[in-house]
Amino acid sequence: MIEGLLMGLAAAVTPFNLMMVVFGCIIGTLIGMLPGLGPMSIIAIMIPVAIGLGDPTAALILLSGVYYGAIFGGSTSSILLNAPGVAGTVASSFDGYPMARKGQAGKALTIAAIASFAGGTIGAILLMIFAPALSTVALLFHSAEYFALMVVGLSAIAAFAGTGQVAKALMMTLLGLMMGTVGEGALSNMPRFTFGYMELQSGFSFITLAMAMFALPEALFLVMNPARAAQGDAGKITGLRISRSEAKSIAPVIGRQSLQGFFIGVLPGAGATIASFLGYAVERNIAKGAEQEEFGKGSIKGLAAPETANNAACTGSFVPLLTLGIPGSGTTAILLGALIALNVTPGPRLMIDEPAVFWAVIISMYIGNLVLLILNLPLIPYIAKILAIPRNYLIPFILFFTMMGSYIGQNNSTELLILVGFGVVATILRFADYPLAPLLIGFILGTMLEDNFARAMQLYSGFDFLLERPMTLALLVLAALLVLLPSYRARRARKRAEGVADGD
Amino acid sequence: MALDRWIALAFIALCCVYGYAAFFTMDDSLPPILRRNPIWPSTFPKILSVLGIIVGLVVLFTPKPATGDDTPKDGVIDPSRLSDYNLIQAIALLVLMVVYALALRPLGFLGSTIGFIVLGGVILGERKLHILIPVAAIAAGSIWYLVQEVLGIFLRPWPGFLA
Repeated sequence: MIEGLLMGLAAAVTPFNLMMVVFGCIIGTLIGMLPGLGPMSIIAIMIPVAIGLGDPTAALILLSGVYYGAIFGGSTSSILLNAPGVAGTVASSFDGYPMARKGQAGKALTIAAIASFAGGTIGAILLMIFAPALSTVALLFHSAEYFALMVVGLSAIAAFAGTGQVAKALMMTLLGLMMGTVGEGALSNMPRFTFGYMELQSGFSFITLAMAMFALPEALFLVMNPARAAQGDAGKITGLRISRSEAKSIAPVIGRQSLQGFFIGVLPGAGATIASFLGYAVERNIAKGAEQEEFGKGSIKGLAAPETANNAACTGSFVPLLTLGIPGSGTTAILLGALIALNVTPGPRLMIDEPAVFWAVIISMYIGNLVLLILNLPLIPYIAKILAIPRNYLIPFILFFTMMGSYIGQNNSTELLILVGFGVVATILRFADYPLAPLLIGFILGTMLEDNFARAMQLYSGFDFLLERPMTLALLVLAALLVLLPSYRARRARKRAEGVADGD
Repeated sequence: MALDRWIALAFIALCCVYGYAAFFTMDDSLPPILRRNPIWPSTFPKILSVLGIIVGLVVLFTPKPATGDDTPKDGVIDPSRLSDYNLIQAIALLVLMVVYALALRPLGFLGSTIGFIVLGGVILGERKLHILIPVAAIAAGSIWYLVQEVLGIFLRPWPGFLA
């Protein structure tokens, strides 16, 4: 591990890569602060830049910097404006915004920065310990297990989508998988579902899809409902210091939530949002007496908990990405797409084939957290000024950047028409409350899923691998349970609500 | 019928078309040697189309869960109040994006980008053109410089007949 760390240090601490960390963190913070633009949109917008760098290490460092920056920036707008830029920071506004109203905005931002730093750093240490162990196990996997594992991942993402949403999320996953089959398959190089269009020969571009699914609907929602971009006066921010006793009281919260957040982040489909809400709920439940009363009215513990948990979960979500090559969230799915575009395939072989990439990412996590802390604490009052950009300027620029992102990748203006078309479809899907992240994850995993499925089919000349490999079967049963259990429970709850006796 | 059911219905229709292509038309061009494989290019799509139809039917026929609160949340889009939103602006911006896509090649990057940002601002209600136009010009110029010179991706700056 020490050897790996040194290798990572050597790769990450080059002037260029350091610059990328700083640049990524700043861009992420600036854009993440804008309400409505989450890490997924920002990373999608940044991908062409990252791919343009050509070096996978630098690209991944840049993108993970953007990721942390976005989460941090999201908490800034949560605290100052009660307008979370990112779903993962909604819980931060519960106590952060009351603090800001009480004139403690500076203190709230400091606590958020320190909690994020601690969560991210502890998460990175845990990642360093668990990722190599997990990838050793993953090396024992065959294509049949990989296929089954991906099915489990996809079902878990659908299963965590929420009650009454499982079937919808599953539908979106399937739509994503179907879209992934358009173009030439790896199996036979036969064009499929292209309807004779040359443009579809290489399939849909994942950047275009990512932009159309996340950035474009968000921008359109901002146009349609100006209340979404609650704009306010960021005001003067003073009093960044926290006292010794306050530091003492949030220290155990940070410790607990780093661990909890990290492990929630590792689970596919859970991610930063669930980690932050759960962290908030747990801390409120274990707080005593007066402290519990304080929650929701500007409690420093209530702010530290979700802030720590969401950053630790962001780091945790890198574990399945780097060791299994399976993204657990929309954001890591976009990162996976970017890595594949750079000719790096994350998975258990990553640590053997490209150890420098792996360790450089971990080192850059430490550096990124440090940069965020150093850079943002003194700059917070100035950074907050970006919230004052009028939307008449902001929205055309967001739209322009989404289009640039998909145009640069392909240098083809048909791509822009596809972007607009998918963007409209995605907006309609959002109206009907369909989750879009499963679609993108399905799209990205689709090719890999089919490749592994095909390999297993060829090795066992048919569907026999389902029965001959017990682990595959177990994983597939697990996947089925994940999908069926929530719908079964929802059904029972509904029956009970209707007053109909349960059949079982 | 609620919007999500219509979407489920459309999805089922899509699966039927997709499944038809996978089951009946795709294998025609498969060379005989590949037919001896246990897996064909159409195998995976076939499975997907069947699963898709099943899931689509589940969504279509699942009764809506009774949600307790009908209070509109702040900043959340409610489809039933669609007419209250700035729908015209959103559609105008989408049309502008299509125009941008079509104009990018013939007009060149700088012209079409400045046009897009200025017209986008105007659609959203910005009237201070003396600020909007310089901002758009500076932004378009610097992005062109970044993409072309720093990233090394070719973008034709001027209209086709000038270059």
